[in-house]
Amino acid sequence: MLEALLSLLILAGALFTFIGSLGLARLPDFFTRLHAPTKATTLGVGSLLIASAIHFSTQGEGLSLHEVLVTLFLFITAPVSGHLLGKTGLHLRLPRLGKQADGGLPPGLPPG
Amino acid sequence: MRPIRRLLPHPWLTTVLTLVWLLLNNTLSPGHVLLGLVLGWLIPLLSLRFWPDTVHFHHPLALLRFIGRVLWDILVANLNVAQLILGKPERLRPGFFAIPLDLETELAISLLANTVSLTPGTLSVELSPDRRTLFVHGMDVPDPAATCAEIKLRYEAPLKEVFEP
Repeated sequence: MLEALLSLLILAGALFTFIGSLGLARLPDFFTRLHAPTKATTLGVGSLLIASAIHFSTQGEGLSLHEVLVTLFLFITAPVSGHLLGKTGLHLRLPRLGKQADGGLPPGLPPG
Repeated sequence: MRPIRRLLPHPWLTTVLTLVWLLLNNTLSPGHVLLGLVLGWLIPLLSLRFWPDTVHFHHPLALLRFIGRVLWDILVANLNVAQLILGKPERLRPGFFAIPLDLETELAISLLANTVSLTPGTLSVELSPDRRTLFVHGMDVPDPAATCAEIKLRYEAPLKEVFEP
């Protein structure tokens, strides 16, 4: 029963991590590609960490809470690296998709 | 400055650092509790210049409700983005939009930027130098104004309630 649950969590984790990486190949421009690793992989890594926490907590050596920390650090670092990559992309004027007018672009960017 | 403030400038940071130390060591033994407390007390004192403002929480319950909502939204965001990746890339309507900020403290703004990045199809890419506007890239935003209003209502309002009442 426990093993079935763990396998399910690990498979789900692997699936979402794979979809996140697939996004890097499939999405059309730099900025949409940024979304894939910052989000789809969070759930993938999350499932793997929950599986890890359950597995090591039932090994008889007491509760395993390292995984909580990994989650916390992931939630702090993933958006920051995404933010910096996006900012760099904006300032380098990387080509972007978007049919609507870009009314939301920050002023003062270097000319393209 | 009152003496207690000088000795313990950031009580919340001390608490968090102690908890992180205990989690890192995965133990509650008295030795590590003591060591964690000492580290949690020393590190804020030694890095005082990096933390000019003291953090104030006003509604702990509102903060918990906010964290719960964000965790749920992260789950939805992941399914959502997975669906967008597997769907036809030509159907995406990506674009940038600006969110005028009501928040003023640094901590609240960075929390909002992080939340925006973790939740459905949006990624914060730039904060204006005067800290009044957050620029966000949306992966699939048919209506930027509606997305902007939703972010303000769903994430900014609770953060304002907790950090700047």
